[in-house]
Amino acid sequence: MSYAIRAEGLVRRFGETTALAGVDLGVRAGTVFGLLGPNGAGKTTAVRVLATLLRPDAGTATVAGYDVFRQAHQVRQVIGLTGQYASVDETLTGTENLLLIGRLLGYSRGDARARARQLLAEFHLSDAADRAAKTYSGGMRRRLDLAASLVGRPRVLFLDEPTTGLDPRSRTELWGIVRDLVGSGVTVLLTTQYLEEADQLADEIAVIDHGRVIAQGTSEELKAKVGGQALVVRPADPGDLAMVVGVLREVAGAEPELNQHTATVPVSGGDVLPAVVRRLEDADVTIAELALRGASLDEVFLSLTGHRAEDGTELAEVPA
Amino acid sequence: MTTISAPAPVPTRRVSPLVGIRHTMTLAWRSLVQIKHNPMELLDLSIQPLMFVLLFTYVFGGAIADSPTDYLRFMLPGIMVQNALFATMTTGFGLNTDLTKGVFDRLRSLPIARWAPLAGRILADTVKQAWSIALLLGIGMVLGFRIGTGPLGVLGAFALLLAFSLAAAWISVLVGVLVSEPDKVQIFGFMVIFPLTFTSNVFVPTESMPGWLQAWVKVNPVSTLADALRGLLVSGPESGPIVTSLLWGLGIAVVFAPLAVRAVMRRV
Repeated sequence: MSYAIRAEGLVRRFGETTALAGVDLGVRAGTVFGLLGPNGAGKTTAVRVLATLLRPDAGTATVAGYDVFRQAHQVRQVIGLTGQYASVDETLTGTENLLLIGRLLGYSRGDARARARQLLAEFHLSDAADRAAKTYSGGMRRRLDLAASLVGRPRVLFLDEPTTGLDPRSRTELWGIVRDLVGSGVTVLLTTQYLEEADQLADEIAVIDHGRVIAQGTSEELKAKVGGQALVVRPADPGDLAMVVGVLREVAGAEPELNQHTATVPVSGGDVLPAVVRRLEDADVTIAELALRGASLDEVFLSLTGHRAEDGTELAEVPA
Repeated sequence: MTTISAPAPVPTRRVSPLVGIRHTMTLAWRSLVQIKHNPMELLDLSIQPLMFVLLFTYVFGGAIADSPTDYLRFMLPGIMVQNALFATMTTGFGLNTDLTKGVFDRLRSLPIARWAPLAGRILADTVKQAWSIALLLGIGMVLGFRIGTGPLGVLGAFALLLAFSLAAAWISVLVGVLVSEPDKVQIFGFMVIFPLTFTSNVFVPTESMPGWLQAWVKVNPVSTLADALRGLLVSGPESGPIVTSLLWGLGIAVVFAPLAVRAVMRRV
């Protein structure tokens, strides 16, 4: 198996704060890797280290087989960086921004112009090509940002919270672009505080909190890890709820959670469901709803970190 | 799956100096092409010195010297120094904007010479600086300033002022890296450059000031530079102030360039 990104024991401190407290990562070539965590978890620091912008205090990392520190120049030739902190020049037009990158990458004037035109068309920015980037909407600016990181046809792409602050439509659009890129063989490392985003895009997810990777795997694996399933029961008559709670407590061996007219209890074995059904039948309780469902990534996050992932709604209102 | 560590084309190992210079030119283009969209920026650079020239010439000129034109001839070289110092702040302002907006990170993630982003900015700012010196001199001449030397003297004045500005730009870079937002660079500029340029012989003859102030005015590099420019533009070059000005510039660069470079390395 070949890894596009490997990191071992990355440590980075800023004064008293430890942003990375020994991070190990392995991203397989041609996949999307999601680095999931709340604000201040160390996601951006990890990306900055891997993109050669920041030296770690300890640890090693390679990108596309090149050492991030000793062969930084080679690494820069195969990566693209987009996100919170890598941005476009707002005073330049869309075309000029891409021309700038193309020329810096050694393209001839004509090639740089052709590449700029092609990317602007691909990202639906042709109409805005000659307008200053500061007049762009948040979604347009992110697309231009992403286009800028693709000028050199990178094999490894870092997306640092690419959809933070975007409206749902722009977000879905960006997801589509990322899927296309991966389809063309690019490896993507994506940081996000949106569980849904990691669930939607990432082949593999690392949950990061306080500078440490606290869990890693596919979203299915992570969900299973937390104990998997919950049994939800809603009696037809709300008056039977007390009885339902009693049965669930006894059979599942855990304290059920009450939510208006339903009772939910975590279950592990497969024999709980038939036992519950039998007992409720014996007690003459009519069941309106009975469901066994997998844990959501939200619950995974909660059980791993002990706190909920930051709610993104507040951020979404900030103009990007 | 094939190993990804044997890619084609094979990445190069380092940037040759020549390629680095090309990166610098491209990045200088980036700073200058903005003027195309916002031509007012060229005036922004010059509006304050123009106001100063007009106000001082016509409001104070008659009171300080025999006539506004006489005063203009005395003051214009000094205003050029003041203007050049203010203009160095654009370097720190632009650098801080790049740092806070993330443009600097994007540039640093590209396989370009490490020094090119800073060099490109300084090169572009030197071009703007040359423009604003020329504009000020042109306006001055329209108002009645006369060059008493010749083309070589004017060339020398440009060269000296640009050289000194390049040195002073390191202070601007240092400030630009240390402050948290672009506007603070300008606040710094006003707080330091205003008193510095007014406690000099730019606007009034040194002899008219109290003794304790005269002592400072005489060693103020702004006075020295203004004297050097008066010589180069009006009364004939004098080696004393020119050499002293160059030494000041060298001293500033020797102290502030390493500090600024270290601050840039730390910030990023």
